[in-house]
Amino acid sequence: MDLTYTGDDLAFRDQVRAFLEAELPADLRHKVENRLRLHKDDYVRWHRILARQGWVAPGWPREFGGPGWTPVQRHIFDEECARAGTPPVLPFGVNMVAPVIMAFGSQAQKDHYLPRILSCEDWWCQGYSEPGAGSDLASLKTTAVRDGDHYIVNGQKTWTTLAQHADMIFCLVRTDPGVRKQEGISFLLIDMHAPGVTVRPIVMLDEDHEVNEVFFDNVRVPVSNLVGQENKGWTYAKYLLGHERTGIAAVGRSKRELARLKTLARREQKDGRPLLQDPLFAAKVADLEIELMALEMTVLRVLAEAHKAPGPEASVLKVRGTEIQQRLSELMVEAAGPLALPFDPAYLEGEREHSAIDDDFAAPLLPHYFNYRKTSIYGGSNEIQRNIISQMILGL
Amino acid sequence: MDFNFKEEQLQLADALKRWVARDYTFEARRTIVGSAGGTSDAAWSTLAELGLTALPLPAAHGGFDGDAVDMFVVMQELGRGLVVEPYFATMLGAEFLRRGGAHGALLDRVAGGELKLACALGERQSRHDLRDVATRAVQEDGGWRLNGEKKVVLHGAQAGVLIVSARSSGAQRDQDGITLFAIPADAPGVVTRDVRMLDGQRAADVLLRDARVGLDAVVGTAGAGWDILEAAADYGAGLLCAEALGAMDALFAATLDYLKTRQQFGVPIGKFQALQHRMADMYVHLEQARSMALLAAVRLAGEARDGNPEERRRAVAAAKYRVGQAARFVGQQAIQLHGGMGVTDELPASHYFKRLSTIELTLGDCDHHLARFIAQPGFYGDEEAA
Repeated sequence: MDLTYTGDDLAFRDQVRAFLEAELPADLRHKVENRLRLHKDDYVRWHRILARQGWVAPGWPREFGGPGWTPVQRHIFDEECARAGTPPVLPFGVNMVAPVIMAFGSQAQKDHYLPRILSCEDWWCQGYSEPGAGSDLASLKTTAVRDGDHYIVNGQKTWTTLAQHADMIFCLVRTDPGVRKQEGISFLLIDMHAPGVTVRPIVMLDEDHEVNEVFFDNVRVPVSNLVGQENKGWTYAKYLLGHERTGIAAVGRSKRELARLKTLARREQKDGRPLLQDPLFAAKVADLEIELMALEMTVLRVLAEAHKAPGPEASVLKVRGTEIQQRLSELMVEAAGPLALPFDPAYLEGEREHSAIDDDFAAPLLPHYFNYRKTSIYGGSNEIQRNIISQMILGL
Repeated sequence: MDFNFKEEQLQLADALKRWVARDYTFEARRTIVGSAGGTSDAAWSTLAELGLTALPLPAAHGGFDGDAVDMFVVMQELGRGLVVEPYFATMLGAEFLRRGGAHGALLDRVAGGELKLACALGERQSRHDLRDVATRAVQEDGGWRLNGEKKVVLHGAQAGVLIVSARSSGAQRDQDGITLFAIPADAPGVVTRDVRMLDGQRAADVLLRDARVGLDAVVGTAGAGWDILEAAADYGAGLLCAEALGAMDALFAATLDYLKTRQQFGVPIGKFQALQHRMADMYVHLEQARSMALLAAVRLAGEARDGNPEERRRAVAAAKYRVGQAARFVGQQAIQLHGGMGVTDELPASHYFKRLSTIELTLGDCDHHLARFIAQPGFYGDEEAA
C-alpha cells in the first residue's frame, strides 16, 4: 500500500499548474474566486482554452480526442482546476451525452456531434426530468411518434439547467406507451432551435435563472437523431448515470471551499479573536475537514479500482460529496454571520461600483447556501442514492 | 498510488480468519471470557506461532520489522474475531520499548511470545489526556521510587511487565517532566486489581506504593518521556482504528444478514425502505471509516520511515475521531436493526457493539482527538495547508 503520487504524477501536476497559471484569464479567475455569476461567454471561453490544449474531455478515449490520462491524472487535473479557480466545464455535452454517443450512437452521430462538443460549437442541455417524473424518471410522458423519417415530439421537460443558452438537448422520450414503462423509452437528440421548442425560465430561490422548463409542441426531429435502438433509451440513460463515478464527489472544489472557509474564519472575529479559534466553530470546521479527508481517500480507493466497470459506489460519493458541499455552504454563512444577510445582485453581476455593500465576501454566501440545497436533490436525490446502495451493493 | 495489500499480508489475514473460524468461535470466546484469567494460553501460543507477537518488533530482537500497515491487517482480523487476548496491550508496550531503545532483552521475550506487556498510562483525573500525570517518581539510592494509582490498565493483570508513566518533575499537566518505566509486575510495591470489562476484555487498576525499580527501568530519557508517550499512543490509536474497522465489518455483515432473513409482515425486513436507508447510511460510515483507518496506518508507517511526526498526528487524530463516530453510528444502528435480539447477550451483535464502544473510550475519545486535530499546525495554518 502506497498513497503517495508517483514522480510521473507529480510532474503531471506541475505541468497542469503551469498551464493554468499561463492560460486561465484573470477576469475569469476573479469571477470564480469572488463567486460572481458566470455567463455563457465565460463558460465557452474557458471551454475553448482547454479544448485548444486537448484537455477539455479528460474522460474521453484518445480515438475521440481525449488526452488518454489515467484516473489518477484526471483526479489531479480536477483538483488543480479547482485550486486555480477555473470555471467548470459543463458536463451535459462532454460527460453526459458524449459517452452515450460514443457507446451507442451511429457513425454519422459520432462524426458530427463529438467534434462539435469538443469545440463547444453546440451548447447541450439535458432533457430527463418532467413535472411528473422526478425520482421516478421512467414515468416520463413526453411522446415521440414516428411520422415517416421524423418523430413528432410533444411534452414538457423541467429543471433543464442552462437551457436558455442551449443549441441541443438530449431527451428521454416515450416511443411505445403499450409496454412496461422502462421499455418504451428512446434517447433522442433534439435541436433547440427547431420550431415548436419553447424555453421558459424558472427563477430559483437565490433569484438566479439557472434552470428552465422546456416545452415541445409538435417538434419534428429527424429519425437520424435517434441514438441506438428505438425503445432502448432506458439502458442508455442508466449507462450515462453510471459513467461519471468519482467527479461527482467534487473533492477538489470542496477542498478549495474549505480553504476559503478557513480564510474567512481567520478574518472574522468573535470575542475579540479570530472565529477559527472559537472552540465551537473550530470543532465544526474540523469535523468537516476530517469528513472531506475521508471522502478524498474513498475517492482514491474507487479510482484505484477504475479498471472495473462503473458501479454503484458512485452513490456513496454522491451522498457524502453533496452533504459536504452543503455543510460547507452552511458554515460559510455562519462564519459571515449577519453580514451575509443583505442581498446584492449588482455584486453578483460584477457591477461592484453600484453596490451599497462594503463587505464583498458576504454577498454571495447566502445565495450560494440556498442554491446548494439542490445538490442533494439533483442527479438522483440522495434518497434514491440510498436505495441504490441498499439494493445494488447490499442486495436488500 | 497503490491500495493493495501485499501477498504476505493477505496470507496472514487468511491464516487468522481460519484460526478464528476453527478455534476462536463465538462459543469458544465465551468460555475464555468467563474463565478465571479471562484469556487463553493456547490462543496466545497460536498467535506467537503465527508470528504475530514478533511482527512489528525489530529484526535485531527476533522480530519481522512489520509496519503499521502489516498491523492494520492483523488488528482488523482480531477485531472481526472479537479476540480478547492481550495482544493489543502487548504490542503497544513493545512500541514504547522499541522507541525507548534499551530493553532489548524484553523485546526478545515479547517476540518469542514469552512475555506480555501492559501500559499503565491513565489516571483517575486524566481522562484522555496522557500528559496529566500525578504519579510521582523520585530518584534515590541508585534507583527510582514510584507512588500513584493508574486506572483502567488494559490487561494489566495478565502482563509480566508494565510500562508506567510517572512524573519526575514539573506540574501535573506539564508535557515535560514525564518519565516512562518498564516495571516488572511483581516488583515490590506494585499491586494490580483485575477487573472484567463489559466487552469481555480485562483491565486493572495498578497501585504503586513505594514501588522500587532500578535506574535501568527507565524507557527513553528520564523527564523527556512525552515524545515516546505521544507517538506510542498514536500507534495504539491507529491499531484500535483497524480493530474497530474489523469489528464494524463483522457487525455490518451480521446485520445485513439479519435484514435478509428476519421476516415481518410476510417479507424480509430488509425490504422496508426505512431500514434500507439506515443500512445505506451505515455503509457510508463504514467506508469513510475504512478510508481513515487506512490513512492512519499508512501515515504511521510513513513516519517510521521519514521520522516526521506531523502527518502522523494529524492523520491519527482524524482517524480516531472519524472511526469513533462510525463505530457509534454503526454499533447503535446495528442493535436497533436487530430489534429485541440486538439487546440480548446471546447474539454476537451486542458483543461487537460493546467492543466498539470500549475502543471509542480507549486512547482518546472523539472529542479528545477532534481537539488534537484542531491543535495541529495544519488546521489553523495557511490556505495551502488546508
